[in-house]
Amino acid sequence: MTILTHLDRLEAESIHILREVAASMQNPVMMYSIGKDSSVMLHLARKAFYPAPIPFPLLHVDTTWKFREMIAFRDVLKDDPATDLLVHINQEGVEQGVGPFTHGSAVHTDIMKTQGLKQALDKHKFDAAIGGARRDEEKSRAKERIFSFRSAQHRWDPKNQRPELWSLYNTRIKPGESVRVFPLSNWTELDIWQYIYQEEIEIVPLYFAKERPVVERDGILVMVDDDRLPLEPGEEPMMKKVRFRTLGCYPLTGAVESEASTITEIIEEMLRTTTSEREGRAIDKDAPASMELKKQEGYF
Amino acid sequence: MAAYAVPQFNNIKSYLESQLEKSLLRFITCGSVDDGKSTLIGRLLYESKMIFDDQLASLKNESKKFGTQGEEIDFALLVDGLAAEREQGITIDVAYRFFSTDRRKFIVADTPGHEQYTRNMATGASTADLAIVMIDARKGVLTQTRRHSFIVSLLGIKHVVLCINKMDLVDYDQSVYEEILSEYREFASDFGFESIQAIPVSALAGDNVVTNSARTPWYDGPPLMEYLDTVEIRSDAAEKPFRMPVQWVNRPNLDFRGFAGQIISGSIKPGEKIRALPSGKSSTVARVVTMGGDLEEAVEGQSVTLTLDDEIDISRGDVLCADQSPAEVSDQFQATMLWMSDSAMLPGRSYIMKMGAREAQMQVTEQRYRVDVNTRAHEAAKTLDLNEIGVVNIALDREVAFDAYRQNRRMGGFIVIDRMTSETVGLGLINFALRRASNIHRQALDVTKDLRASMKGQKPVILWFTGLSGAGKSTVANIVEKRLAAMGRHTYTLDGDNVRHGLNHDLGFTDADRVENIRRVGEVAKLMMDAGLIVLVSFISPFRAERRIVRQMVDEGEFIEVYVDVSLEEAERRDVKGLYKKARAGEIKNFTGIDSPYEAPLAPEVHLNVGAMAPHEASDLIIERLFAAGILDV
Repeated sequence: MTILTHLDRLEAESIHILREVAASMQNPVMMYSIGKDSSVMLHLARKAFYPAPIPFPLLHVDTTWKFREMIAFRDVLKDDPATDLLVHINQEGVEQGVGPFTHGSAVHTDIMKTQGLKQALDKHKFDAAIGGARRDEEKSRAKERIFSFRSAQHRWDPKNQRPELWSLYNTRIKPGESVRVFPLSNWTELDIWQYIYQEEIEIVPLYFAKERPVVERDGILVMVDDDRLPLEPGEEPMMKKVRFRTLGCYPLTGAVESEASTITEIIEEMLRTTTSEREGRAIDKDAPASMELKKQEGYF
Repeated sequence: MAAYAVPQFNNIKSYLESQLEKSLLRFITCGSVDDGKSTLIGRLLYESKMIFDDQLASLKNESKKFGTQGEEIDFALLVDGLAAEREQGITIDVAYRFFSTDRRKFIVADTPGHEQYTRNMATGASTADLAIVMIDARKGVLTQTRRHSFIVSLLGIKHVVLCINKMDLVDYDQSVYEEILSEYREFASDFGFESIQAIPVSALAGDNVVTNSARTPWYDGPPLMEYLDTVEIRSDAAEKPFRMPVQWVNRPNLDFRGFAGQIISGSIKPGEKIRALPSGKSSTVARVVTMGGDLEEAVEGQSVTLTLDDEIDISRGDVLCADQSPAEVSDQFQATMLWMSDSAMLPGRSYIMKMGAREAQMQVTEQRYRVDVNTRAHEAAKTLDLNEIGVVNIALDREVAFDAYRQNRRMGGFIVIDRMTSETVGLGLINFALRRASNIHRQALDVTKDLRASMKGQKPVILWFTGLSGAGKSTVANIVEKRLAAMGRHTYTLDGDNVRHGLNHDLGFTDADRVENIRRVGEVAKLMMDAGLIVLVSFISPFRAERRIVRQMVDEGEFIEVYVDVSLEEAERRDVKGLYKKARAGEIKNFTGIDSPYEAPLAPEVHLNVGAMAPHEASDLIIERLFAAGILDV
């Protein structure tokens, strides 16, 4: 008799959710952020629909400030004929020259990421956007449903969420409304890593420790990924063996010093670590309930 | 607490392999306002090292700002996620939390205690295997406790941990604990819980959360974390007949046609016959397809894609079932419904029902009664308001495959969707199909045990009374049968008088004959159970092996062994029929207890110490057991 482990059960639940989206939504899309959770989600989607190809496109909202290694990794997938990967850039933002240094992290994230995402969803008239968020990441996410509804203005109303019973998802929406779907809701960071290890899933090399040029700012190690990073007077990039626990726009994503250069070493380091995954992200520190506010405004 | 500490990584690979073997336990915490649920979960997370330094730092900050614990860390702030809740100091939605030990991963649904959030509690309970019911030791069992326990039992949770919290505020007084426990046991006796584990804790001070507290030396049970880590949750979904709702038809090209879905119960192998419902067409499974290669077997919980030998018409929403034990099909049901919307449920209005992967139009044709969630009293009412529970008759616009909710949660649970707003407005649990006559006609070739039983409105079972001659087996069995008959149940009693004189008149009392005697009785009992009856068997049946054989002839839960326990001295003293005297005198050979052995049951479902109780008290215990096992319901 086959005995299912907790990872087997999480995988089966995620596949069930992905199939439910494909079967009941008109025009779904899977958000592809190039991070490890996206890699896991892509793997699950391939499993869910095998031997058919994934029946919906992938969407990357490119803020133009991603790590170069992320873009290279993404472009390999873009060339895969079995995958339909769309890339959207907020051109208005580009024309206005929006960036994290000129406009600050909050404005940059809002315009290039949140607004860019809304533009792409409106342009393609997607009625379901599948995202890789997990409930263990942040307190307000712990209360979000797996099928999370958005008004025509993409707003989330945390006080008016549909109850989710058993594994029955109410997928009905009114015209103009859309739904964000989170198949990894019940996974933890450790589950993700264990699954990557078990399934041998490919991830961006930035997760592995390597000598990289960094500068230290406000206690955060920022990688000098290209020459757009303005150096302060007297600031000198130094080579340090670092890796990233989470990936985003490079100026907003802190590196951690590490020796972990394999999956097993990453897991080992993670089990020993005493800081949470989002700590390296500048965005959460703005206000106590900052994630909740951003989500209400349409951030993923 | 080595089990929860950061592991040593002498060999990370073998550590990882062992981590991949972890099982998953989902539980819900419920209790009334200020019972300390959030504090308890916060502490479980903290104690299982799931809180990182930066979270702890921000927690300390927030504790000063919003906390209710002065300079102490307020663990509740860890789990009360939404800003509005932090300001009001209450929990207003279901939050899911995660922690793990070396043995298990846990998913916790933290649900609010206020009456208006009954729907959220039901949501959390629908996916849980176990419930932690919090009780404030100072307040004892409250109305809310009763309501929560009722909802938990309604949604089919079988295991309850009674966390008697704030023991620090009652000086860790054992009598407070005992009193609450006995009151709880009494009112929960007919909830069908398989286990109730009471633990005296202080979530705030940490007593009996991870380690046994020195302040409760009188408590000899496990601390909460250890209990959660080791409690056996028998998932019977794996042993039930195969069910898989088809979610999506996989047709990448003309050569491949697969049916994708998650297996709700049972297992399936290539070569096994299935039946698609509601069409009733049968076929054979050709392959179990996954990206990692075809499987030789797929089991409950797995998401797979099946291909079949025949091109039968199957679409999303159909249910693939084991051919020999298919689900029922109907378009009219009696269901228990919990309403979750501000606009009342109105009989006659058209709603959408979603069950499995099937949607259908639904009308409530009649509300039979409303159930008071606090007292469970039946009340006359035509409609249901938010958070109210009722028993209703419903009609669908099409036939759907189902099993009764108490038999299979995911085959009998449905949600109700408002056609105008698309909101989820209610949940329902199918009790049974209505208009049974037309069902029988439609499934004329498939009158199954389930169908026969459901026509009698009961669950068949064998009650097997074993014990020494003169112990009182038949006396107790007679009382039980009378009580069952009074409840409208269909029964039959097999005992020496009606079997030995007819069917088994050719058998004597040698060991071989005793074995054959029990084998025949077992077969007859099984046939009668197949006919849908509750069968009472009253035989000495001295050998464990034969009783085990009968147990194995029927499905799990269908054999209830009742040990009518009396000492040989007592039986011999009573000697109602004068048989012991004859045996002692050598006039009867091979008499059990005298010159033939009696092997007492090692783990009978019911153990009656009849030396110390009257027969009607003994019958009480059996009736209680039948309620607990779900054979009888309210």
